[in-house]
Amino acid sequence: MAADLLLEARGLAAQRGRATLFSGVDFSLRGGEALVVQGPNGSGKTTLLRIVAGLTMPSAGEVRLRGDAMRAFDAPLRNVVAFNGHAPALKDELSAFENLDAWTSLQGSPMSRDQIAASLDNVALSRRQRLPVRVLSQGQRRRIGLARLALCDRALWILDEPLTALDAEAIGMLGALLARHLAASGICIAASHQPLPLEDSRMKRLSLGEPS
Amino acid sequence: MSDVDASPSTAIVWALARDVRVALRSKGELGVQLLFYVIVVSLFPLATSPSRELLATLGPGVLWTTALLASLLSLPRLFAADFGDGTLEQMALSPRPLAALVSGKIAAHWLTTGLPVVVMAPLLGAQYALVAPVLGTLTLSLLLGTPILSLLGAVGAALTLGARGGGSLLALLVLPLYAPVLIFGAGAVDAVRAGLSATPHLSLLGAGLLIALVAVPFAVAAAVRIALD
Repeated sequence: MAADLLLEARGLAAQRGRATLFSGVDFSLRGGEALVVQGPNGSGKTTLLRIVAGLTMPSAGEVRLRGDAMRAFDAPLRNVVAFNGHAPALKDELSAFENLDAWTSLQGSPMSRDQIAASLDNVALSRRQRLPVRVLSQGQRRRIGLARLALCDRALWILDEPLTALDAEAIGMLGALLARHLAASGICIAASHQPLPLEDSRMKRLSLGEPS
Repeated sequence: MSDVDASPSTAIVWALARDVRVALRSKGELGVQLLFYVIVVSLFPLATSPSRELLATLGPGVLWTTALLASLLSLPRLFAADFGDGTLEQMALSPRPLAALVSGKIAAHWLTTGLPVVVMAPLLGAQYALVAPVLGTLTLSLLLGTPILSLLGAVGAALTLGARGGGSLLALLVLPLYAPVLIFGAGAVDAVRAGLSATPHLSLLGAGLLIALVAVPFAVAAAVRIALD
């Protein structure tokens, strides 16, 4: 994993319709650091994460990766980002195993059957791995999302409300994943209303204000 | 991470295999579309006089129009499910080329909705007292034309992603684009019935298919990115 990873935001601003969600957002993250984005509903947390992931263009400002300005869907960004958004990105018709198999090969890093089975075992879903995702609960779907993060070797994790629908055990799993990721010089940006299971020393905070 | 395989062919195969697998798990939806085709084609002989001459005149047009409608019926599913569950986001953010991924999806759409229509055509055409050479040309014209329907339809489906009332908007957007395919497809069959060669019509269909194959994936990829923004 790239130890020299550097992610910067300069003067980011976003608009929805005529309303300005936020403006002048700056931050700089090195490998091993996490940014927690906080703010009331509608303050633009999801929009900010989508801008950093390269899904949305900011109305002003830029995102820089290793010093290079990135536009939406630029290849260098796509090669490092793992985005866990609101939508679980799971196919109801396929099983947990098949979903992970398809996802890892989409990301260009296909995994062996044993690796995928082990990742499902880590999130305590090994007994459900052959069932279609349709019959799994919200929390179990989110756990597949955790297994997905564990499988990918992406340096930049972008997590939108990662604690939603997770129980205490799964929050512990997320904490362990995050600790391992940051220890390996990864970067994590997360939006969350609840406190994240993260060491304070690695954490930066960003508060988005009331929509003006 | 520099060894990520970004070649278009693996991306096409990935999307094709995944979509076919998902489609085969929800056979009900595929059945509905095919059944719609069979039923609508079979309604015309019931509603009009059973004279052989009239049926043979109507037949090609009915089969082609119904193929158009059946294609339209299956289009909203092409991207909307992936858009809704976030899979499309993941595809757009993956290192693989998005144009190749959507090509695979379109190919899977044709294999699961267009090809069955082509295969059923000779059977259904028999209801319209069409003779063997006419049936052959009809099937060939559908074989060349239905992939164009999937391709053009994909542009419409991608453009209407996230739009309110997307389904009806999609029909308004796509049906005019389908018109030339219908004209040349049904025209090929009429030419054979009139004792002329179907080659000009079929060549034009083939040319249209090639142009669509080259241009559509990039248009669809651009539309998908706009929808995700």
